[in-house]
Parts: sequence; structure tokens; C-alpha cells
Amino acid sequence: SSLAPWVPVVGLEIHAQISSNSKLFSGSQVQFAAPPNSLVSFFDASLPGTLPVLNRRCVEAAVMTGLALNCSINKKSLFDRKHYFYADLPAGYQITQQRVPIAVNGSLSYSLCIDSKMSQMVTKTVRIKQIQLEQDSGKSLHDDTRSQTLVDLNRAGVGLMEVVMEPDMCCGEEAAAAVRELQLILQTLGSSQAVMAEGQLRVDANVSVHRPGEPYGVRTEVKNINSIRFLAKAVDYEIQRQIEELENGGTILNETRAFDSKLGCTVPMRDKEGKQDYRFMPEPNLPPLILYDAKSLPANTNHQQVINIDWIHERLPDLPSVKREKLVERYGILPEHSFTLLNEDGLAEFFESVVKKTQMKPKKVIGWILNDLLSYLKQYSLTVKESPVSSFLLADLLNLLEKKEISSTAAKRVLAELWKGEGKTPLEIVKEQKLELLQDEKELEQICQAVIDGQEKEVIMMVPG
Amino acid sequence: AALKDGLRSQVAAALKEGRVTPTELCQRCLALIKSTKFLNAYITVAEETALKQAEESEERYKRGQPLGILDGIPIAVKDNFNTAGIETTCASNMLKGYISPYNATVVQKLLDQGAVLLGKTNLDEFAMGSGSTDGVFGPVRNPWSYSRQYKEKSVPKSHSEDKEFNWVITGGSSGGSAAAVSSFTCFAALGSDTGGSTRNPAAHCGVVGLKPTYGLISRHGLIPLVNSMDVPGILTRCVDDAAVLLGSLAGHDPKDSTTVQDSFKPFELPDLTDVSKLTIGIPKEYRAPGLSSEILALWSKAADLFKNAGAKVVEVSLPHTPYSIVCYHVLCTAEVASNMARFDGLEYGHRSDTKESTESMYAATRREGFNDVVRGRILSGNYFLLKQNYEKYFVKAQKVRRLIADDFVKVFSSGVNILLTPTTLSDAAPYLEFIQEDNRTRSAQDDILTQAANMAGLPAINVPTALSERGLPVGLQFIGCSFQEKQLLTVAKWFEKQVQFPVIQLEEVERHDNGVFQHQKSASFS
Repeated sequence: SSLAPWVPVVGLEIHAQISSNSKLFSGSQVQFAAPPNSLVSFFDASLPGTLPVLNRRCVEAAVMTGLALNCSINKKSLFDRKHYFYADLPAGYQITQQRVPIAVNGSLSYSLCIDSKMSQMVTKTVRIKQIQLEQDSGKSLHDDTRSQTLVDLNRAGVGLMEVVMEPDMCCGEEAAAAVRELQLILQTLGSSQAVMAEGQLRVDANVSVHRPGEPYGVRTEVKNINSIRFLAKAVDYEIQRQIEELENGGTILNETRAFDSKLGCTVPMRDKEGKQDYRFMPEPNLPPLILYDAKSLPANTNHQQVINIDWIHERLPDLPSVKREKLVERYGILPEHSFTLLNEDGLAEFFESVVKKTQMKPKKVIGWILNDLLSYLKQYSLTVKESPVSSFLLADLLNLLEKKEISSTAAKRVLAELWKGEGKTPLEIVKEQKLELLQDEKELEQICQAVIDGQEKEVIMMVPG
Repeated sequence: AALKDGLRSQVAAALKEGRVTPTELCQRCLALIKSTKFLNAYITVAEETALKQAEESEERYKRGQPLGILDGIPIAVKDNFNTAGIETTCASNMLKGYISPYNATVVQKLLDQGAVLLGKTNLDEFAMGSGSTDGVFGPVRNPWSYSRQYKEKSVPKSHSEDKEFNWVITGGSSGGSAAAVSSFTCFAALGSDTGGSTRNPAAHCGVVGLKPTYGLISRHGLIPLVNSMDVPGILTRCVDDAAVLLGSLAGHDPKDSTTVQDSFKPFELPDLTDVSKLTIGIPKEYRAPGLSSEILALWSKAADLFKNAGAKVVEVSLPHTPYSIVCYHVLCTAEVASNMARFDGLEYGHRSDTKESTESMYAATRREGFNDVVRGRILSGNYFLLKQNYEKYFVKAQKVRRLIADDFVKVFSSGVNILLTPTTLSDAAPYLEFIQEDNRTRSAQDDILTQAANMAGLPAINVPTALSERGLPVGLQFIGCSFQEKQLLTVAKWFEKQVQFPVIQLEEVERHDNGVFQHQKSASFS
């Protein structure tokens, strides 16, 4: 239907792996891609008689994240057991926070480009329902040829922050932008490295559609989304699928679907035997988690034993939104520019480094960074760190341009040469290729005269008019 | 020194002075274990390691550097505590052959102080039961079944029947530990107490059974039944010895987040002479249905004992006592269902041969590994935890638990120092009679006097008081305020001195004890 009267509704459940040395409730190490079952403590393997001991760093990470997302931090939160049987869940239950999570009622602002030219941005907000601490599960691999399941418990018990975003988004683009911003925030805080490819950030989308003015439709949960790009695709596909289904007179099932990245569609996941009853029960081995602020902190407490929310708040680094504002203010660049700068890991630092070393105005430098350097990086799939052109080299080049020793065109040729990474300085390249701008008027006249002299025919054609 | 001696009063001194060596003690205990095998108190006897520990202890004594009062003392541990290198079975097929890679904190503490670990004692499977009759290694027999005192009183049906069929149960679930202490095969034993599992068998076997305050002693390494009620229990032959064990075990453990942070100071028990400042509370609701007239009379006599000695004795009320059994069953089964979820045969323990799917393997493993009692509790627990039932049962039971705990708070804040109650409804039942009713029925009956203390987390102790008409032990229970073990044990010690509970007369023990050393009487026994 070309009128598209449907209102799509998108919510997200995001699991971010906490960046910490050890797991949420045990002392075993957290490390990606270690040999199978080499990072498993007695507790992780659920040996009988072992007990959970809460990791302070994980709590701090959750508090930082909650504060960065404008949440209220619950000074008292509780732990619960969520029961189900699965090979990657040794205890037969996951320790999570179902009744009272550590942080609630926050918000996340993110920006979208109105058009593809990145010339107009609009800011949106999504409400954060809650953040809860919980254990990650292990990994199981199904070996169908040998009819066996291989279980690796390295990941079992690693700390997760589950961030629940309310269904305030309406399409794949919004979902992707929100997740991207969350990713940047987590990386800035250091509470999670949030690399989706390494499973440190996992996103499930809840999608439904309804007619304007009517109640929300039945929602489906979409899982198995492995990148931000795929998130946008999966959400948009699912919205379309639901609309088509409903317009054809069908109904939407409240089911879990997996995104198939090869086919670009969502498919129903293997039926988990109907609805699960997780039989939630308070975790009896963990007392309530009590956090303090400056006001409630009892006198004579051991600093090691308590967490002071205000202390953490005071030490929060500048969040991406603040960083962007500062860049715009300090350097006079456009908001869209600051977005791109922060979107690329290390690019903002590179930009600032160049600005420091060159006389060229930041408003001009930004063009070289975003148009020239960035497009080279993209072309060769390199990160800023891997750039063969360092900030020093670029600054040198821009100085030559600023001093009018070369033209803008020449500068672009030098940059192309620098990109080869042969270790030459801009000045060396300019000399090699004779790209210096001539300042001597007499010399210029001689050259012009020589050109005119050499082109008699064309001159005669041009002079009469 | 005799095997019958009190730890603090006799044995420690004897070891220090070299009148007996740790190796001798260990050997004598091991020999006695062998000759009392028919009691079935031990699942595993760790003979080699025990003798090695005894040797090392002996070296320390020779150098004049014993680690403390427990150095060289033979002890036994209930088989639901993890012991590194020694099988831990919980008397279940699920963990037959399971060798834990770590020691429970309490076990480690004992070993660090030089105690000699003789072996693991028998219990009801996964500590579920009140008779120590429902484990896969068979029931434990109460040593008093073979005592002169019991034999004299019991009417023999025929000579052959006598020994085999009239034997009485130990009570449970720490029956093996109670029997081990009662029959002198060790000086102290660890049990566990969730609804009375240390005090109940202590009463039936005529030994001291201490349930400490919840949070005082670490549960790390104790395979849990109900995490919010379990405590390690201490079984000894006299109250002084219980205080020694408590001193060596109590204190914060960073590995157990439910232990209190406050530092614990071990204490020696004073010899109380003046009880006039004491107020003893007699809770009327503990005159429970089924309480034998014998025990009722004994309870009354005990109250009079305090009164006549100058203490204040008052009747008090714990009005929610009648609800505690039902409440306990809901909370207990719910936690059991949760705690048992880890037994799936994947990482450790029994694994079924079924290869069709993970789920069928889980189901078969659990069916094969658990007995009826365990499975019954898991099913009940899961029922109570279902979303539609959670508020009605689990949350309701939590609220009732709070009321029960508040009952005690009110009574203790009204000036009462200690409560005095019976521990069991009657003396030990003959095994054949006991198994006429199922585990659940028996547990419901037998836990009634003990489990409120677990609900409230309070310290409680059984003190052997007198012999019944049948010649079997009967004990009485003292319940104290949270973390007031010193006061509780002081009063218990005074009471113990007054009643002069008789020493069990066991042929096997006497044979072993008539050796090189003089039979000494301890201050606590007549």
C-alpha cells in the first residue's frame, strides 16, 4: 500500500558484556577466544557447594552506564534466579535481576541524518526502561555429523548489562542509530568494549505494527543480529513482513524469529516447546546490593567495601554528546562533522592533533579529514590507527598549502603520494614532482608568454573576441 | 586418655603431655570404626590420609609446636561437605564416585588446625529426611540400640531377632555423624542443620548437637539443601567441646556472601554457678501434638531445675509456630527444586547412557540419580515456583517466615534470655516402625520442634538430658538470640552439669578402651 498507514513500533533488548578482568560472580578470567574450557572456575562449572561472590568492578560498570544514560540508580537492588535447562547453563539457572534492577528510567539521545548528504540532523530520544546485571551463558556448538553437542564454558558467568530500550523507535535506521550511540557511550565509559563481532554487544529487536489510534499489535522478537547494519535490515524486513501479512488478512504470532543475513529475512526459530515458565526465585546466596551516595554513606566505612554513586558520577568521562558539542564550539565545525568524527574510532583525536600542528583553520582542516583522509581509509578498509598518513604528515602538507607554497590541486596529488606510505615527507614529494607554486611575477610572465607563443593558432582564434 | 574423654578437658592435655599420640588416637578410632561397621555410620573411611595427618600432627607435638587444641584430634564430616580427594556422595547415586577438587571452608579450617579427618558420615540422601534411613548406602543404626541400657529395658522377642530387628534409628539427617560421635569413633563431627538435622539425631543418639546462628559459619562447600536456612552443625559429647569447635569454625568467609562481616572472638565457657539473673522462656506452642508424656515430664522437670536454682522461668508464646511446618515445606521444596537443577550429568556426577538428545539425557540422569524423596521435593518446589503460584505459595510463605522470626524477636526483647523446649517428640523409634510412614510424613512430624529456629536463623542446641523408659536418650533444646552463642552454651553447659547424662555402655567401645591407658572420667560425665 503506497499510503503506508501502519505505525511500526520497535523496542530493543541489548546485552553488553562488561569489560572486567574477572567474571560477575567468580574469579575466573574474562578473555575472548581462549582455548575451550580454560577459563572456568568451580563456581562457573556449577560444582556443588560453590557460592557466588559479587564482582565490584561489574557493579561500578553498571552504575557508570546507568548514570551516563540518565537513569535513577537503585540504592537497593536484588538478585534472582531464572531457571531453564540448557547445556550452556551449568547450574540450571541464570543469576539475573528480575525484581529490582540496578538502574531504571533513563534516556538515550541519538541523531539521524534527514537526507543522505548528511547536511541535516535531527535528534531523537529513546527511553531506557532499565539496566540489570546478569550472567552470560556458555557456548554450545551442535555437531550434527557426530550427533553431539560441544560445550565451552569460558563465557559462562561473564558479567552482562542488559539494557532495555522502550518501543520508542519506528524503523531500522532509528534502531541502528540508537545502538550506535549506546556503543560509543559504552566504549567511552570503558564499561564494555561493545564490539558486536566479538559478541560483546548483542541486540534483540521487538517489532510490531498497528494502525494509528489502535492499540499496539502483537510483537515478534528478532534475534541473531550480528552487526548494526544487519540490525537496520532485520528490523525493516520484519516491519515489512508484518505489514504484508496483516494486509493479506493474516495474523502475527508472538514468536521469536532469527535474522538470516544471507537471505536478508527473518525466519521462525526452532520452537522452544511453547512458553517457558522461568520460575523466578530470589537468589538466596546474595544479600541485597546496597549502594551509597555522599549523603547516605555511613561514617567510618571502608572505602573498599562500599560503592559511592556520587564518587563515580564525578569521575565520568565526557560522553560522546558532550564531546561533539565541545568540538563544534571549540573548532567551529558543523554538528554533522562532529558526528562523523566521533563515529570513526580515533578520528576525532587525529583531527585535533592536526589542528594543533597546523596554522590552517579547523573549519578548513575538517574538509581534508572528512573528505580526503576518510575516503582513503574507507577505500582501503583501514582504521585511523592503520593510516599510512600520520597527523604529522598531514599537518605538514596543510601548512604548505596554507603558506601558499602549493595549490590545492597539488596538495591532493601530494596526499595521494603520501598514501603510498613510502616514508617521504610532503616537502620531498613537492620537490620531486615540482609542484611548488611560483611566486615570482617575472618568471610567471615568461611562462605565460611561452605558452602563448607556442599556441599561435589558438591565440588568433581567441583574440578578436 | 580414653576415647570417651572430653576434648578440652582431657585429650588436648594428654596429647600435649605425650600421654597419648595422635597416631595412637587415630588408630584406635579407625579400629573402633571397623568393629562398629554394623552401625553403617561411615560412607567413606579415609584411613590412609587420616594416618598421614596423624603422623604430621605427631611431628608437630614432638617439636612442641602443635597448631592448637584440635591438632591431632580425630573428627568425622557429614558426606554433604566437599572434601578434596575424598569421595563426596551426599548418599546419592547422583554423586557416587564424585571426588571434589576443593575443601569446604569448614573442612579446610579443621585441617589447617591439624585435625585428623577420619572419614565421611552417612545421611539421608541430600540431607532430606529425619531418620538417616533414605540414603543409597542404607540406614544408619543408633549405637544405643546395642547399649546395655537399651538391651536391659527392651523385651527380647527371640535371641536372634534382638540384635537385628529392634535396632532404633539415629534420627536425621546427620545420623551418621551423630552415631560416629555417640559410639566414640571420633571426638567431634560436622553435620548440617536445615530443619533440625543436627539437633534431632543428637537427641536420639545422646550427644550435644549445636546449630549456630545463620551467617556465623561459612557454607562454602556445604552442598546446599535450603540456602537460606542451612548451617554447618557441630556434634560433640559435651558442651565444652562444642564451644571449641565453634571457636575454630566461626567467622566471616569472603567466599560465602551470607556470612556476617563482624569479627568473631572464640571463647571459653565460664562455669556458671549463679543462674538467678537468667530468664528462661517456655513456649507453650511447643507442647506439640504427639509429644510423648515422658518428654513432657522431662521438660517440666528441667524447668523446675532452673526455677529451683533461682532462675526466672516464664511461659511465653510463639503464636505462629503451628504454621511453620507448612511454610517450611513450601520454602524448602522451592529451594530444593532450584538447587538440584545443576545435577544434569553434564559436568560431573552420574550421567545416563541415553544418547537421543540432551533433554532425554538430562531427564534420564535425574531419574536415575535421585531417589523418590528428592524427586518429590523437586516436583513440589517447581509447582510452587510457577508464575501462577508464586504469590500464593512462595511469597506467602516468606511472609509467614517473617512472622515466625518476629515471634522470637518479641519474646527475646521482653526479657527472656533463653528458650527451653523439647528437641524431639519421643525417643528413637525402631527402624521397622519408622519406615511404616513415608519420608515426607516423618519429616513433617519430626521437624516440628526444631525448624522454627532455622526459619528465624537462631542458634539452638540439643543437650542430652536423660534416658527414656526404653533406655534410649532424650534431649532438650535451648534456643538463644542471634549471635549470642556464648550465653547459649554457658546455660547449656550448666544444664549438662546438673543432669549428668549417663555414658553409653557399648561392648565394642569398652573392648577398645581397656588398653594401656587408664579409664579416666571426664568432668562432664558421671
